[in-house]
Amino acid sequence: MTHILLRHREIPDIHKMTVYKKNGGFAALKNAVTKMQPNEVTDVVKSSGLRGRGGAGFPTGTKWSFIDNKSWPHYVVVNADESEPGTFKDREIMENNPLQFLEGVALTCYAVGATVAYIYLRGESWQIAAFLDEKVVEMEKAGYLGDNLFGKDYSLKIYTHLGAGAYICGEETALLESLEGKRGQPRVRPPFPASVGLYGKPTIINNVETLTNVPMILTNGANWYKTIGTADSAGVKIFSLSGRVRKPGNYELPFGTTFRQLIYEHGGGILDGRPVKAIMPAGASSSLIVVDDKVLDTPMDYASVRTLGSELGSASIIVIDDTVSVDWIVNKTVHFFKHESCGKCTPCREGTYWMQNITNRIHSGKGAQDDVDLLLNVAKQMQGKCLCPLGEFSTMAVVTGIERFPQDFRKAVRSEK
Amino acid sequence: MSLAKTYPKEIKQILAKYPPEHKRSAVMPLLYLAQRAEGYINKAAMQDIAQILEITETEVASIIGFYTLYHDEKAGKYRMQVCTDLPCALRGADEFLQNLCENLGIKVGETTADGLVTLEAVTCLAACDKAPMFQTQGADGIKYHENMTVDRTLELIEALREGN
Repeated sequence: MTHILLRHREIPDIHKMTVYKKNGGFAALKNAVTKMQPNEVTDVVKSSGLRGRGGAGFPTGTKWSFIDNKSWPHYVVVNADESEPGTFKDREIMENNPLQFLEGVALTCYAVGATVAYIYLRGESWQIAAFLDEKVVEMEKAGYLGDNLFGKDYSLKIYTHLGAGAYICGEETALLESLEGKRGQPRVRPPFPASVGLYGKPTIINNVETLTNVPMILTNGANWYKTIGTADSAGVKIFSLSGRVRKPGNYELPFGTTFRQLIYEHGGGILDGRPVKAIMPAGASSSLIVVDDKVLDTPMDYASVRTLGSELGSASIIVIDDTVSVDWIVNKTVHFFKHESCGKCTPCREGTYWMQNITNRIHSGKGAQDDVDLLLNVAKQMQGKCLCPLGEFSTMAVVTGIERFPQDFRKAVRSEK
Repeated sequence: MSLAKTYPKEIKQILAKYPPEHKRSAVMPLLYLAQRAEGYINKAAMQDIAQILEITETEVASIIGFYTLYHDEKAGKYRMQVCTDLPCALRGADEFLQNLCENLGIKVGETTADGLVTLEAVTCLAACDKAPMFQTQGADGIKYHENMTVDRTLELIEALREGN
């Protein structure tokens, strides 16, 4: 199948204005601004079934329709703060197919009546931000951004903004705080950003991959998009495959592709031919799946992965083979979330701290079965009590790791000195 | 030399991105600007930023403290930041870092005797498919080094030393 998002793999110079235009670029934007009402753009995206690719999977068009039209101005903010261990897809899009992404941003702005968009990138991506800034200038010169687009009464500016190393800023309200020049700590919701967002104004926040779909949907129609993927999860997804596979990388595939196809046909199988032991389908914040043949043949879409007691999330598939002990996995993920906890709410700040202490003890061989029970208890006490998803995420691998792989923890505490 | 005098053009460009009544948004780009010369943000620059944005120095300091890419202390000319998070660790990042420590004769968090490299372990850098990997953070920005081996890293350090 030819790519819809990673189109540079067939069209190497698609980052160049002339090449992008020759391949249909900016036709959707021109058509929308000159011939469509903003709500019509939203309607097409709504009926395409596109869902947010950042992790939550919320229907994109529905999100746009929540924008509060009684309060102005409106903003669009792009979440390009890709920081989940296991996720590395947005970077490939922005480095290689930037104009399609930016056209998607422009279409989103038109649909929700925003005249300014900010792209919030992680600080490490400063070269990508500079590249996008160049592309924005090219678009301004070509009349695809700036004042009175296509002679119409619609003007748009796009700016990049760099974060500085904080996973929490991928949470949308923390991102807004950060963009406002404050520490990136989540806000209490409601109100939701669609009514009170950036600078207190209605704001739509979407992920890079989500918006890169939009020009293709507008060009080819909602029905075309729905023919790809499954009924529950329309279209394509970029699966970031990492861990103990021969060929890690990004694979853009229709929703509904099975784990087996991804790991063995695309990823070349497991290192040293070992069996798969566990899969984390949504990066470090995943619930761990115990792998058997039935799991490998499960289609990767939002609903099917849920039946396995996990979530597809951002489709950051971390593959774990039988050489790896799950107590070590849990030690790693807890360490990550402890480091990234913003400190605002007590359950997360204290919970991740204590979970780290206990998992360090277990992993260093100084733990006892009581420690495993205590770790599970702390994690469960945190669930449902944290201000934002980060706190919840920190408990997922802990709870499912201990409950689904008890033998690994028994072994870890048996090596007690 | 004050920040405003050193980078008048850059400051103007940064402030133009945000509504004038919300110029506090410029604090992060201004901190990057302040960090350019010496790899860390000194007290004078902190005061300058507070003045430009009409916020307190404490507020500026709280931003520096919250985000990992800002530094208020001098380190080696380059910070070598190895990702040791789960996906990288599944591909040997921990062993890579340990090997590197042994070869350089320093521990994580320490700086080589010549002040060139401070070695750090960091969280996810979104390059999970290209482990072992690290970034170098210096006055000239951040650079990624992917699919690395210890030998190639030692060569890189030699090249950085020669360019010193």
